[in-house]
Amino acid sequence: MRAEIHPMSTLLDSAVRKICKSFDNDPTRLLDVARAVQEKYRCVSDEAVDVIAQVLHLPRVTVESLVSFYAFLSREKQGRVIIRLCDDVIDRMHGYDRVLAVFREELGIEVGETTSDGNITLERTACIGMSDQAPAALINDVVVTRLNSDRAREIVRELREHMDPNRLVRTYGRGNNAHDLVRSMVHNNIQTEPLVLLSAINRCGAIRKALSLRPVEVIRAVKAARLRGRGGAGFPCGMKWEFTRAADGEQKVVICNADEGEPGTFKDRILLTEYPDRVFAGMTIAGYAIGAQEGILYLRAEYAYLRAFLEDVLQKRREDGLLGDGILGRDDVSFDIRIQMGAGAYVCGEETALISSCEGTRGDPKNRPPFPAQHGYLGRPTSVNNVETLCCVTKIMEEGAAAFSQYGTKQSSGTKLLSISGDCRRPGVYELPFGTTLREVLALCDADDAIAVQVGGPSGQMVGPEHYDRQICFDDLATGGSIMTFGPGRDLLEVVSGFLEFFEDESCGYCTPCRVGTVLLKEAVDRVRADLCEPLDIERFEEMGTMMKAMSRCGLGQTAPNPVLSTLENFPALYAGCNKVDSDGYRRSFDLEASLSEARAIRGGHPEAATNGKGGPQ
Amino acid sequence: MAKPRIATTSLCGCFGCHMSLLDIDERILALAELVDFDRSPIDDIKHISQRCRVGLIEGGCANEENVEVLREFRRNCDILVSVGDCATTGGLPALRNLVPLQECLEEAYVHGPSVHNPSGEIPNDPEIPLLLNKVYPAHEVVKVDYHLPGCPPSADTLWAALNALLADEPVQLPYELIKYD
Repeated sequence: MRAEIHPMSTLLDSAVRKICKSFDNDPTRLLDVARAVQEKYRCVSDEAVDVIAQVLHLPRVTVESLVSFYAFLSREKQGRVIIRLCDDVIDRMHGYDRVLAVFREELGIEVGETTSDGNITLERTACIGMSDQAPAALINDVVVTRLNSDRAREIVRELREHMDPNRLVRTYGRGNNAHDLVRSMVHNNIQTEPLVLLSAINRCGAIRKALSLRPVEVIRAVKAARLRGRGGAGFPCGMKWEFTRAADGEQKVVICNADEGEPGTFKDRILLTEYPDRVFAGMTIAGYAIGAQEGILYLRAEYAYLRAFLEDVLQKRREDGLLGDGILGRDDVSFDIRIQMGAGAYVCGEETALISSCEGTRGDPKNRPPFPAQHGYLGRPTSVNNVETLCCVTKIMEEGAAAFSQYGTKQSSGTKLLSISGDCRRPGVYELPFGTTLREVLALCDADDAIAVQVGGPSGQMVGPEHYDRQICFDDLATGGSIMTFGPGRDLLEVVSGFLEFFEDESCGYCTPCRVGTVLLKEAVDRVRADLCEPLDIERFEEMGTMMKAMSRCGLGQTAPNPVLSTLENFPALYAGCNKVDSDGYRRSFDLEASLSEARAIRGGHPEAATNGKGGPQ
Repeated sequence: MAKPRIATTSLCGCFGCHMSLLDIDERILALAELVDFDRSPIDDIKHISQRCRVGLIEGGCANEENVEVLREFRRNCDILVSVGDCATTGGLPALRNLVPLQECLEEAYVHGPSVHNPSGEIPNDPEIPLLLNKVYPAHEVVKVDYHLPGCPPSADTLWAALNALLADEPVQLPYELIKYD
């Protein structure tokens, strides 16, 4: 037996070594190594873990824990084709259950299993950034959208025939979705006329302009435009750059956060597909402003279908002197960008977790301070900026701060890209000036009859019609871009429960308030849904929500109670069932008979004992 | 005026919390001045005889008898306190929640490395209360008014909490009394 296994092991050993070597045996590229091993062997096996640990001089547990952390890595061998069905509140509204049922039935397997021939694995995954064309799935790297049960059935049959996910794409989407290096059926669904960000590209104007200024003047221009971070938190971009520029450290880093994981957000998808030059120009300008020569685009694994295209754009920019050494002939300015692929983890959208992930470790958030501006990627001062923020930078350079800040409000200048999905007749991406009211937004996307709108994704807030005159901006309804609309008849508690399930799945597990709190909140909401709640559940929500906000280590846990807290505030009627008081003080959710079922079944196997006795305890 | 009454019980616990209660040492004399003890393992009274001011619960619920006792306490006590980590979270016994009941029993009575059980039978006398599918913390079975963390809560913690409850004051324990690292 040994003799038979040995050659295989040697083969794996040398292949894994080769992969490690292609990343210079650099332990900070562990994530890339693991991704490459996963791609080649469809798993990162125990043996592979051993080899990687040995070659990269890492403790075995570091490699194991990395593999266990990311959804797109696995210890067990997966099928040649992996169907990852997007399981998200919006997809559930559009027929996820029916599609899933067909996949299970046609494949004869459950979620998480692989067909017996080892060909196809079925999984569910969090929002893949296709809420405007839900239900959607990733089949390996290929995105399939607008699924229904018929199409799901066909997909399985076609895959069985040719096992080539690329052939599932019949017609390409418009624009660069049809580019030779993309070839995707994804649609952009841009619904508004171009204002700022979605206007025609000017490939090198912005960089030329920036290089004509001193770095501090670039920062001054960004400050004059009052640009705030578009990821959601709204931190002033100029200030972030100033801190990073001022921080001690020879090498500085610009990271573009393209880990667009907030469910219901897909605006970066459009920027990366149609305006990659604008994104990369923004990164280059950021590099010049803060004195960085190194840039990283952190691309979420779900957008892997854009990778070859983006690499090509980068290469063309290098050839045209817009990246690399001596940008636009200036010997003193160099800057280059590499793409770091993610591997499926929502928490990596949080900047310190994203830095951990770039460093090749689990995407665990880090304690702050020190802030990334002082001590970021590999200890270097780092500015992490959202894709959209960097596009704003490019426009500010091209057209000036005044032209940029003519849009929007005093505190929130410029325009915002909104990703709108749910019960609306025109889902897609909208570019609107900050200060636009929700009512105007709903009219535009044709969702006037919405009974509720989730602004800012699950971590944001749910508001009802009495809030529709509020404005989209940092000081009122802040959003990183996600707007989900819910029409008449939608069960809002089901939505809340879905959001909590998402946080429960995505919690990294590091800190207790988040790891445990998300589970307890979900259980409590499900008690409300089952009409088994009590007044103390309400107290519990508030107590738990406050505790999680105060005690969680990063934004995930701090915002995870928001679905409950915002509906408690804005939709108290949903929780009316909790006001029933039970005078005996017994919990209605505890069902003694149900919780004795296993013991009864076990005792039932011994009829003698069951009939001879004098009965239960007194 | 009659003295307020206290009842205590140990459900699925180790009696450690009761030991900690006895650790109040000579203060138990002062406590006896303040209160009358009703049902408790300390005096071996089997059922609550009349309305109690405070009920102290040690341990979570692992079987039907635990549930029965806990409900008796809830019916008869004005204030119910989960004492210690087992009552509060299920504690160590709740580790079995990760394993199906049948497997737990087989490991304990049939396959365990130190088990000598030639008949291979799992104890099944009807006198033995049926186990619940999972171990529950007290507050998932009845409404609980206060939780005292600790394994066990120290004598000083119990003393401070009892004094506050009996004096009808809010239970505000200083950090030192609920810090366990």
